Amino acid sequence: MDFLIALLNNSDALLHSTLVAATPLLFAALGETFVQRAGIINIGLEGILLTGAFAGMTASYFSGSPLLGLIVGAVSGLLLALLFAGLTVGLSADQIVVGVGLNLLAAGLTGVLYRGIFGVTGQALQVSTFLPIHIPFFSTLPILGSSLFQHAGLVYLAITLVPICTFFLFYLRAGLQLQAVGEHPHAAETLGISVKRVRFLALAFEGVLGGIAGSYLSLAYSNTFIEGMSAGRGFIALAIVIFGRWNPTGALWGALFFGVATALQFHLQALGSELPYQIVLMLPYVLTLLALMLLKTSATAPAALGQPYHRE
Amino acid sequence: MVTVQLTALISPLLALASAAIVIACGLWLTGADVPSVFVNLWLGAAGDSYRLSETAVKACPLLFTGLAVMLALRAGVWNIGAEGQLLLGALATAWVGQHLTFIPSPLAVAIVVAASLSAGVFWAGCAAYLKQKHNVNEVISTIMLNFVALYLVSYGVHGPLMEVAGQYPQTDPLPPTATLPRLFPPARFHLGILFALVAALIVWIFLFRTKAGFRIRATGANPIAARFAGIATDRQVALAFLLSGALAGLAGGIEVSGITHRVYEKFSPGYGYTAIAVALVGQRSPIGVVFAALFFGALDAGASAVQRTIGLSSVLASVIQAVVVLFLAAYSTATVQRFIHRTSTRLIVPLLLCWFVLLPSLT
Repeated sequence: MDFLIALLNNSDALLHSTLVAATPLLFAALGETFVQRAGIINIGLEGILLTGAFAGMTASYFSGSPLLGLIVGAVSGLLLALLFAGLTVGLSADQIVVGVGLNLLAAGLTGVLYRGIFGVTGQALQVSTFLPIHIPFFSTLPILGSSLFQHAGLVYLAITLVPICTFFLFYLRAGLQLQAVGEHPHAAETLGISVKRVRFLALAFEGVLGGIAGSYLSLAYSNTFIEGMSAGRGFIALAIVIFGRWNPTGALWGALFFGVATALQFHLQALGSELPYQIVLMLPYVLTLLALMLLKTSATAPAALGQPYHRE
Repeated sequence: MVTVQLTALISPLLALASAAIVIACGLWLTGADVPSVFVNLWLGAAGDSYRLSETAVKACPLLFTGLAVMLALRAGVWNIGAEGQLLLGALATAWVGQHLTFIPSPLAVAIVVAASLSAGVFWAGCAAYLKQKHNVNEVISTIMLNFVALYLVSYGVHGPLMEVAGQYPQTDPLPPTATLPRLFPPARFHLGILFALVAALIVWIFLFRTKAGFRIRATGANPIAARFAGIATDRQVALAFLLSGALAGLAGGIEVSGITHRVYEKFSPGYGYTAIAVALVGQRSPIGVVFAALFFGALDAGASAVQRTIGLSSVLASVIQAVVVLFLAAYSTATVQRFIHRTSTRLIVPLLLCWFVLLPSLT
């Protein structure tokens, strides 16, 4: 019980680290939500995150500007996503295969380039990173001030994107076209929507967001690059998309849910809890499985998810 | 029919050749000595009998998991969960093995191998159950289960299964009676590698010489037609998934029993994910998977030699694997296949002839 009380006393820190951990997941999940709404499943998201983390860190290291790092990270994510799009949308190659290839490529390339550029050193590199922005007035509020309003700018950007994405998906013509492409590509094509163009654009959007998510990892989360540092976050984002039932708001809740688990793990360890931290980390996956089991999500999944489209 | 078989053979060869060209260009751009990289890759994978044995050792878990993914794929489903099934198989082997100190050798080995197999079946069974009863997509559920397995291993080696000495997060080694013998010491070539080859043979016989195997292939080839022919396709998918889990579980058990003798965190460098590439490069056939696993194993063994001799990073292997997979994905699409069909007799066959006949005679 003692650690529960300690945890409550630390609730502002817990809330703070929840948001920090949820942000990259939210970026990635929002991108994947759009992609899956367009009928594509991209398990190469993990590779996009890892590439973004590496490119962002490298650019920031050599230029001293985290903003330039962020842009380079986003562009690298875009390039990988376009490679995916060219193969799966352009040539109708299998989405799972290309996704796996992308993950292998990212793991290998970032490893080779990192060792090639920085050598194998014992010490982790330090790069210039995003400093927390204190929002005037709000950041001085008790408890909530320090936990909600003292973050890197990207955290606010991620949260702002949620209503924007919702509005785009459900109220704009382009968003409805995107949904039509994922539900019934042939009907969409008959209505004069170019399925291939919509899917390309959705993937490009995901690439940029995935690259930003990766850069966030190396430029705001841990200030360095470690091989394989995306640590499965791309796969978690896939779970979040389904958990959030293909809605941006749902993605926000899913990201916070996984964020809490990550934050809890650190705090439980720090407070010397008896509960093994692996169990805490395992929980979101088990709960996602249970949610999938109970929610009957198949009804809400885009009907053409994962199927290549051939024009007739 | 002949042309179909021709392209089935040509696609992987073309993918390999294209990958080699792209990798060579990439290496050349970074200023590496390209020929010496390739020579050292080859020497590291097949330079002497010890290196050959290392190639086989690295290929062994990939062969099991590659067969696993391939078998599920034959029924038309993706088993992205080979990684989790492998980890659980390994964990079961370490757990059961610890209690087998007084059991004579062949029996102890049989018990740990059976334990890993059952663990793999159980873990794949979870995904199969979710798919059958609750219509949960197997790609998603197996990815989730992979993470759960990863944390189970982590929990095990930090907690109840931690070595008695309590120094490192790893299990105690298996008792010698439960380990697979090495056939040509000091090389690490162990009996499990022969088991893997036997498994490939059994899978081949099952798929192409039994009724159950035919039903699985029919389900994967055209589920609607199979259902019209009176095949209970749901049951075939579940069966294929359980068998797939058995093979992936075995991969973990045999790796522990044959090579590592214990389980630790990051026990698998992603064998279950590479397996997807192995199954594809192997053209979804058991014989193809044997060669693909050997090729990927050779890349791993060769890349670590390149790191030692030239200092180039050993993750080079996954770059090569990735480029091969991406080219293969492109070459197996209808668009590119049509192009290959049209040009194969006119262009590609002469080119291949040049490659195999003229090039060696020139050098």
